[in-house]
Order: sequence, then structure tokens, then C-alpha cells
Amino acid sequence: MKGPGTLIKAEDNWHTDIGAAFVGERVVFRGKDLFTELNDISWFKHFIFGITNKMFSDNEIKLMEKIWSLTMSYPDPRIWNNRIAALSASAKSTGALAIAASTACSEANVYGTNAGFLAIDFIKRAQSIVDKNKDLAKFVLNELKTNRSIPGFGRPVANSDERITPLLNEAKKLGLANGPHTQLTFEIEKILYESRYKLRMNAAGINSALIADIGFTTREQYYGIIIAFSSGILPCFIDAVSHEEGTFFPLPCSRLSYKGRGDRNW
Amino acid sequence: MQKEKITTKIWFEEEEPNNPFAAKRSYCSGYDVYGDLLGKISWSEYIYLLFKLEKPQPWQAELLEAIAIAIANPGPRDLSVRGAMNGGVGGSTAASCLMAALAPGAGKNGGAREVYQVMRLWQQCQFDLSTWQQKLSNYQDEEEVEVWPASEHSPGFDPYGASCATPVLQTLNHLATICPDGSLAYLSTHREQLEQAADCPLAMTGVIAAAFTDLELTDEQAEMLFLLLRLPGAAVHSLEQKKLGWRKYPFFGEGLTLTNDPGPASSQPITEASL
Repeated sequence: MKGPGTLIKAEDNWHTDIGAAFVGERVVFRGKDLFTELNDISWFKHFIFGITNKMFSDNEIKLMEKIWSLTMSYPDPRIWNNRIAALSASAKSTGALAIAASTACSEANVYGTNAGFLAIDFIKRAQSIVDKNKDLAKFVLNELKTNRSIPGFGRPVANSDERITPLLNEAKKLGLANGPHTQLTFEIEKILYESRYKLRMNAAGINSALIADIGFTTREQYYGIIIAFSSGILPCFIDAVSHEEGTFFPLPCSRLSYKGRGDRNW
Repeated sequence: MQKEKITTKIWFEEEEPNNPFAAKRSYCSGYDVYGDLLGKISWSEYIYLLFKLEKPQPWQAELLEAIAIAIANPGPRDLSVRGAMNGGVGGSTAASCLMAALAPGAGKNGGAREVYQVMRLWQQCQFDLSTWQQKLSNYQDEEEVEVWPASEHSPGFDPYGASCATPVLQTLNHLATICPDGSLAYLSTHREQLEQAADCPLAMTGVIAAAFTDLELTDEQAEMLFLLLRLPGAAVHSLEQKKLGWRKYPFFGEGLTLTNDPGPASSQPITEASL
């Protein structure tokens, strides 16, 4: 047994290269002085540097911003994560609680962070299949058979995904639309659409391919998109909090469809 | 247009005659909550009813109540309670303090995800010692790709324990007297063999998962209930620290070592001389 030795060594003893605040003096951020070495970069570049420890080019940063702004933050309060913010507002809760809960719930399987995480993992695995000259169609259809879904393809609520074309147009303008993962994702869509499952690519599919092409690892992409939904969440809160309390899609008792046991006494 | 509805087996409401948005009667799995249950049943009986949709046997209510007491307060050194206290000392909102407890309390190291993992092990191993030993001696996450960080120890066991902690043993012994012929009893009998396989002593998560298995909760119900039942300690410790203030709360002022500090020199403004 390992015992408590590790904890004894760690007591009051945290070693890190991420950073520290020398309060009243200076701040170190991933080995750089915040005020003199990182004072001239955009917030988004700063944010991505914090995650990856890499300085991406301006065009790569612009592409990530486009992914966030065009595909991840619709200010529609019916979308499940946004709806949590609107419900919080209708209950007259705070903006921070609303955005924290909505962001946490964005780590969802059928959409959001988890979907994106699985999508980049899938496209990277598919790329390794191609790199090894293995049968792509067999890999894709096996994956579908095993998991009954393909991350980055298919979509709840709708069949097609309106976000792909505008994002791809922006990626083309930036000269970042022709990477191997991006080309591959269209090949995969062809395989899936021509199969009996008729699946189309979704935004997580194209996002993951574009992000993989600029060198993000699966984990880095996951960390990067955790708060990507916030620019849709917060407006939903702001809108709902300006409405009269409790008026966001109120439900009368008759809107419960009860399927349980009949009346009984304890 | 057909109105969309919330489908539920748990809850039914009759509306007040003068207001469709106010419930005159609320029924939980057929029981009138305010007309029949209130004043008649205990909190643990009601929690059991909510999760299982059936009235518990006396031993089931007793077991659930004992679990609730055992884990209500993991104490102020626990990661989840520390999360809540950080909210308290900073003067954060009450909900954010509980959310701050839920985030670390959800994890695979002592948290609800660990309980979920042990529930999965009970489903897979049941009362087969060799399967338990094989799984625990080389624990593998079920999902290779998931948002959760990879497991670093066999779930249900304390990676830094020297021996099974007394409160863990006391809890196991007590719970096993309430349910003497299920997973708790099996764990009690085979604890040392399982600890050898895991190369760690039994942890509270392992005891509670066995108890939840005896209550026939699903893995997801167990995960949720573990999160819920540990919140009282987080609540009171965050309130206490809020009152005491940040000056009396550890900041670990001398505890951090920056391994790549460029030093104060680089924070000097860039001057002509330095160019």
C-alpha cells in the first residue's frame, strides 16, 4: 500500500509552472510576465495560451473565434443549456449562478462539450486509420454499429446543420479549410450519407476537424470549448431577467403527463 | 395544437379550481404528499419513495437514514467541503457554495463518480471474489474517451490510506447490521481480500456503494444521491467560514513554488537601454 506518504510530502507544498500572483508586484502566467510579455495579445489568444502553452497565429485564433461565434452560442432560450439561464432569470437568481449552471450542463452528451470531445477523438482516430492505409468505410460503419452513433455526425431535433457552410466559408477566407482532418470529415460524411443511415455532418464534426488541423489535442479542444457557449447563455439570462418574474414558459398543472401509480394511501 | 407536456411517473398534480398554475393536491407515485405523507413519514422514507416510487421496508428506510448520517458531513478537510468554504470566505452566494461543493464532490477521487464506478463493479462482479480481485488489481475505466479524468486508483478504496479508517469500519459494521445478507455483508466478510487486490484500504465510497447496491439503486441514482446527501456539511462549513472571514482561513501563502519564475527583472518596463 502506498499509504499517506504522498500527502505528507504535498502538505503546504504545491509545485507548478502554470503561474502565480505576486500580489502588489507582478503576475507570472505560464512562465511569462503578464504585464510586460502578454500585455499586447488579445483575450482569446491569452485564453488559448493558458490552455495550450502555445501561441497560435492570428488566423488560427480568428478561426477559433469563428467556431465559437458561429456554431456554439445561439441566443435561443429554448436550447437546453440556455434555458437553464432563462429559468434562473425568471426565478430572479443571479447571472453568475445562471451561467455557471448552464455552462456545467453544456457538458452534455447529445450536444455541447462532451459531443465535441468525442468528435475530435473520432476524427483523430479516423485520420490514423487513413494514415495506416486501412479501410475507412469499414472503420466508420463499424463504429456506427458498435456505438449506434458517430460523434460529429447526425443531430437531435434537425437533420441538417446550418452552421457548417458559414463556418467553412470563414475557414476558407483564413486559408485554414483544407487540412487533412477537414478533408477527411467530408469523406466520412459521404460514407455515412450514402449508407442506409443517411447521416449528415454536424457542427461538432466540422469544428473538431478544423481544430485538429491546427494542432489541438483532444483534451485541449475540450478545455477550449468549455465556456464557448457563454455568449449565447448570458443574453438569454439578460432577456429573461428583464421580463416579469415567472413568465418564462410557465407550466400549468395540466402540462404534466402522469404515467405512474394511481392514488393510494401510505 | 397539441401542447407539449412533461412526462413523469413521479409526480401528479390536481390544480386549484381558481388557478391552473397552483396545485391543489400533489401526488408522489400515487401518495398525496401534503394530505397524507406530511407528518406521517420520515425524510428517509420520502427520499426512498422519490427514488424508487415505492414505500420502503423498515430496514430500507433505516439503512438510507444511516447512510445519510454517515455522509452528511465529510468534514472541513474534504475536497468538496473545502470547495464550499472557499465560497463562504469570499462572501459568495449560498448556491455557489453548494455548487462549489458539488464540483469536487462529483469526482473520481472520493466523490460521486467514484460511487458510480463502484456501483458498476457490483453489477459486474456481484459475489464473485475472483472477478472482484481481477478488476480491483488492475482497474480500467470503462470508457477510454470521456470528459472525466482517468482513474488513478481502484474505486471504493483509499489511495493514500495506511489501513481502513475507523469511521469507514464503523459505518460498514453498522450498515451491515441493518442489511446482514447483501453486498454490505459480503464487503464486511471479504474486506481484507478486496483491500489486498486494490492495494489500498476500503474507503467510504466503497461502503456507501455497497449500501446503495443493497437498496437496489441504479448506478446513476447512487451517483446523484451521494452528491445530494453530502451537501449538509458543505452548507454549514461554508456558513461558518463566511462568518469567520478569510483572514482565519488558510491561503497557503508559503505553500506554492513556481518552477519557471522569470523573476522580477522581466517585470521592469522595457526601456531603450534594454532594447
